Amino acid sequence: MSAAWLLFLPIALPFAGAVLAFIAGRAGDRRAPQWVNVGTTALMTLVSLLLLSAVWRDGPQAIQMGGWAAPFGITLVADILGAVMVVITALSGLAVAVYAMADIDEGRAKLGWHALYLVLLAGVTGAFLTGDLFNLYVWFEVMLIASFCLLVLGGDKAQLDGGLRYVALNLVATVMFLMAIGLLYGLTGTLNMADLHVTLKTVDAPGLVTTIAVLFLGAFGIKSAVFPLFFWLPASYHVPPVAVSAIFAALLTKVGVYALIRLFTLVFTADVDYTHGILLVIAGATMVTGVLGAAAQNQVRKILSFHIISQIGYMVMGLALYTPLALLGAVFYLVHHIIVKANLFLVGGVAKRITGSFELDRIGGLYKAKPWLAVLFLIPALSLAGIPPLSGFWAKLVLIEASLEVEAWVIAGVALVVGLLTVFSMSKIWLEAFWKPHPDGDAAVGAVALTRGETVALVAPIVLLASITVIIGLAPQPFLDLAARSAQELLAPEAYVRVVLGGLP
Amino acid sequence: MGNGTLETAAPTEARSRNRFRDGGRWMGFASAVPPALVAAWLLSLLPRVSEGRPVLWAVDWAPTLGVSLAFRIDGLALLFGLLVSGIGVVIMLYAGSYLKGHVHLGRFFLYMTAFMFSMLGLVLADDAVALFVFWELTTVTSFLLIGFTHTDPKSRRNALQALLLTGGGGLALLAGLLLMGLESGTLRLSAMDPVLIQGSALLPGIIVLVLLGCFTKSAQFPFHFWLPNAMSAPTPVSAYLHSATMVKAGIYLLARLSPTLGGDPLWVWSLTVAGALTAVIGAAWALRQTDLKQMLAWTTVMALGALTLLLAGSAPISLAAAMTFLVVHALYKATLFMVVGILDHEAGTRERDKLAGLARAMPLTAAAAVLAAFSMGGFPPFLGFIGKELKYEGALALVAAPGVAAFGLVLASAGMVAVAGMIAIDPFFGRQRKSVSARPHDPPKSMLAGPLLLAGLGLAFGLAPGVISGPLVQPAVTSVLGGPATVKLALWHGINLPLVLSIATFTLGVLFYIFRTPVVAGLNAFVGRLPMTGERAYDGWLAGLKALAAWQTRILQGGHLRVYMATTLGAVVALTLFTLFWADALALPAAGSPSLSILGVTVAVTAAAGAAIVVTTRSRLAAIGALGIVGTAVAVLFLMHGAVDVATTQFLVETLVVVLLAAALVRLPRLTQTPRRNRRARLRDGILSVGAGLTVTLVMLAVLAEPFDRRVTDFFEAAAWPEAFGRNIVNVILVDFRALDTFGEIAVVAVAGMGAYALLKGGMAVPKQPIESLILRTATRGLAALLAVFAVFMLLRGHNDPGGGFIAGLIAATGFTLLALAHGVGLARQALGGAPRIVALSGLGIALLSGLAGALAGGAPFEGLWLFLGGDPAAGDKGIPLSTVLVFDIGVFLVVVGSVLAIVFGLEEEA
Repeated sequence: MSAAWLLFLPIALPFAGAVLAFIAGRAGDRRAPQWVNVGTTALMTLVSLLLLSAVWRDGPQAIQMGGWAAPFGITLVADILGAVMVVITALSGLAVAVYAMADIDEGRAKLGWHALYLVLLAGVTGAFLTGDLFNLYVWFEVMLIASFCLLVLGGDKAQLDGGLRYVALNLVATVMFLMAIGLLYGLTGTLNMADLHVTLKTVDAPGLVTTIAVLFLGAFGIKSAVFPLFFWLPASYHVPPVAVSAIFAALLTKVGVYALIRLFTLVFTADVDYTHGILLVIAGATMVTGVLGAAAQNQVRKILSFHIISQIGYMVMGLALYTPLALLGAVFYLVHHIIVKANLFLVGGVAKRITGSFELDRIGGLYKAKPWLAVLFLIPALSLAGIPPLSGFWAKLVLIEASLEVEAWVIAGVALVVGLLTVFSMSKIWLEAFWKPHPDGDAAVGAVALTRGETVALVAPIVLLASITVIIGLAPQPFLDLAARSAQELLAPEAYVRVVLGGLP
Repeated sequence: MGNGTLETAAPTEARSRNRFRDGGRWMGFASAVPPALVAAWLLSLLPRVSEGRPVLWAVDWAPTLGVSLAFRIDGLALLFGLLVSGIGVVIMLYAGSYLKGHVHLGRFFLYMTAFMFSMLGLVLADDAVALFVFWELTTVTSFLLIGFTHTDPKSRRNALQALLLTGGGGLALLAGLLLMGLESGTLRLSAMDPVLIQGSALLPGIIVLVLLGCFTKSAQFPFHFWLPNAMSAPTPVSAYLHSATMVKAGIYLLARLSPTLGGDPLWVWSLTVAGALTAVIGAAWALRQTDLKQMLAWTTVMALGALTLLLAGSAPISLAAAMTFLVVHALYKATLFMVVGILDHEAGTRERDKLAGLARAMPLTAAAAVLAAFSMGGFPPFLGFIGKELKYEGALALVAAPGVAAFGLVLASAGMVAVAGMIAIDPFFGRQRKSVSARPHDPPKSMLAGPLLLAGLGLAFGLAPGVISGPLVQPAVTSVLGGPATVKLALWHGINLPLVLSIATFTLGVLFYIFRTPVVAGLNAFVGRLPMTGERAYDGWLAGLKALAAWQTRILQGGHLRVYMATTLGAVVALTLFTLFWADALALPAAGSPSLSILGVTVAVTAAAGAAIVVTTRSRLAAIGALGIVGTAVAVLFLMHGAVDVATTQFLVETLVVVLLAAALVRLPRLTQTPRRNRRARLRDGILSVGAGLTVTLVMLAVLAEPFDRRVTDFFEAAAWPEAFGRNIVNVILVDFRALDTFGEIAVVAVAGMGAYALLKGGMAVPKQPIESLILRTATRGLAALLAVFAVFMLLRGHNDPGGGFIAGLIAATGFTLLALAHGVGLARQALGGAPRIVALSGLGIALLSGLAGALAGGAPFEGLWLFLGGDPAAGDKGIPLSTVLVFDIGVFLVVVGSVLAIVFGLEEEA
């Protein structure tokens, strides 16, 4: 398949799937949308893997949309980071799509849930593949509207309330992002990120560039849910159906982190001491406040939501340290985290189905009744906490080593202590939901029986994601190779810039 | 202190045992096979290793990080490996009977086996990271085993406590090991150059971090308290993990790193002080216990302290003492734990004062207990005696405060003598108590074999110490020393200071035993007056953490959207403003540019006034109207800059938004009371808004001070007609140059329509009548048709003149809206010929197809394909253009029509 198709299909497929899912759903067959969804995400996975292999083999790939050369048109471009993110998006998208077959009720499906879900994936993929700053903004908008609709779709009051908070705070980010783009365009006359990499070197206003960079940092900071901009996340992630929480947890903040990584390696690298210094402070504060937030919660999805924040801190830390090893760690962390976080929400959802609630004081008895679920929970939970030999261990190991290497003692200490606090707050779920007997007695566990089809749909994705976590943990080297190549590309983006601007195949 | 723990834990354990079913013993036999094989394999390596040739095996694991799965079996590793696997065999056999019929027996053996292999990995690993991996695995399996009786809250609490303490120490250890790796350039423990590490400026940090790991794992003061609490695990677990193996991991690592880190004063003093304190505390607390298992746990603490103390030095005799005592302790401690388990099993209690005179009923158990107790008390000719003599000799050879160390050890060992009496004499001799459950008797062979074997070995090795000194202890000492050493073990060393100390120990110990009641009372009184214990510190720490977390969450995530907004906006604005000044980026554009026109100023003031009304008015309709003013003013600004298309779109959107908002608001209940915020909040919001506006203005001015690079703009102007065949540059940008942006935006529009429809239909729908107006009804049909035609016209001419899909779509939507308002949704829907959302999504599909066409034709996606009908090239007339670009614009058109109507119909339709 040519580069053009490999780059465009990951965006076009989910859009086509969305149209098809909605029309098929309206045409009558109530199961059609979900099968379209699963089929589309499966195809996306396939194509994205081909894209990754092409990038691995031949270096960064780019196409000029509409045939207009950069920087005049819009360029789609994939380096290792972009391709990896697309793969992981498709994969988590597939897992959650399967889960949704049993999780999304007919009412929501009828209102276009599956179409909205696919549009969300399209927006995420677009953000990972675009080489153009304004186009990135467009994909952020696509994600925002699709995620807002998924959040409130078929919703009760809690969903609407969460949705309002979500959209109001995210619109602040949207406005900041748009203003920052306008200002940067005014300064440079270009929107193409590779071109900006080149052009900014000739702009004789370093202070102004740094100021605009900080505005971008703010906009993406909100999107990534870093301290003190994360309020929207814990206010909303616990209200929608589990499938929605899971895909949000997997992808939304990570797009923000990706954008931070992209801009603060490719575009804004003139005053690293200042910009990345800010990032490092933010990273530490995010880790600590996030994990403390989790420690204060008593509801499964709220605990998991605050953990997202805390984990974002680790990724930002990798970017902030700005060494090859640290960036390697950031990329590795991104991949690991998406898999693990989506899975934890999925497991949480199954636990809720079996025990009847997300509230920890109202559930229990899972360890005795459902040992298989205990195993499936322990894998992502221990991985999140950084326990070896699972994926999260390597992610944390790399980042800690990277910080020790440059004698960044404080952040290394923070990363270690937050690791312990993560163990603490994750163990709460284990102790309460799994070990503690159910407050209503053993009979309350599994009172609502699942059909075989439901069980398969709910558990198969969990098993898939858990296996990936274990594979990364036991055989980390291929993933480290990928992350290392990616870090190399990020720190020396010449090949990326050349393939975008040079019009080379 | 752990008494309460066990009183609640023991019945639970007993209860689960009441549900005994058949089977389980075979599981114990099966689980004993792997450790037996490992032990046999390790024994076969004995000759080679004791000759000083370690066994190596390595494979790359994560070469990027320099991590390999490297194993190296030297004397030290072999000694530990044999203890782990050998005692593993005995414990597995024992556990099969002990837990026979337990519902979770399968899980139990799975965890035990997993633990055993983790522990083996730990002691055999040569790679620092691999060692850490196994280290953590032992922590996790230990967590699962301590909480094995998971329905008991105490078990859960104690499991968590062990997890947090050893897990926290583990993280410190990881940092320490990584620093050692960075300083020495390798993660191989055997290849780390002591010179490099000892010379490092980071040495104190490394030592502290490593010791935090070792001390938490091996229950050294002040982290010792988790170990007695861990006794809420089933007894086989306590016997295996929490006496013979896992808790020795810290000791192992101290020994392993001794050649690299040892000798530094910080190391020596830390080990000496922590070891001595732990030993004395362990012995004292052991005497206080009434529960035999707790008593054993505290003697383990004592033993771990003694081992740490001995490892402080690097004299061969201290190390030999440590290694010998390690074997001694493992043998008697595992035995005694199993004995206590048998007592619990048979007599139904582990309380010291309830047990007596059981020797007649359980002679073999009593024999095992007495044999082990002799070794524990250090009586000749048991191995324990040799161990104790060596301990004293080793302590006297220490660098730091040898006298104090020896004195501490004498005290602690005397305590051991007394404890040995309490465990081996009290329950088995004297008169049997009535409180003991009926008919205790010796347990099955599989439960007795282990205790008898291990206790017997304690005697055998004492009689023939050469069996272990040459092949086992000496190679281990050699490994720790990093050089050759000779170890000779013997019962009789002549009359020397250690012998004198031994005699003192016996005397003191016997006195302790005889006067145990007043001694214990005194100790209890003393402990009661302690200001702080580790346990209480842990509880306080945990409570503090929870309070901090709750406080922080109250402050940060208080639930008020206003605060969230203010913080989010405020943080970004403040940081940007700070950067602006800090980076000295303030600048003003040169005078004269940009020119301020009267019209411009008027429009700006109008927009500002509109915004002011929006935030101050109490009327919803006034707010909507004022919002319309802002939007219109912006549209005028677009017009002033020659962007006719953008301005038209803005006008149309503003009109529609006002109409839709008004239509929505009509349905809302009247506001009886406008929420009035207090002055401070208003002031804060005001300052924030002005600050945000000011910041953006300042940055904007600075940007305007720089020359604008017109490259892209010039290209659009130059290429629009010759290359993209359109004279309306805005439209060409929308449908061609940046078609992907437009595609994304129409997806946004389509989704917004879907979402709004879903929200409207999901909520409470109020039946809605068409507006009753004859004029409206008659006029609208014609007007709607006219608007539809006009829309098509605008759509088709868009590429060259103001118009295009967006504008056309908005016009058409207005027509249908009128129709719906006047004649009801039914007619409008009929006129549209399909559900609005289908129209919108079809539009999206069409736009996508037009984009794909370019790629299918071999070009790039969204590359325009053009077909000109009947052109006259000579006259410069290309003819009627048909293109995928137009198809794309039709898609845009449909999306806009469908989405707007989805909202309108949703508002107007009955539920």
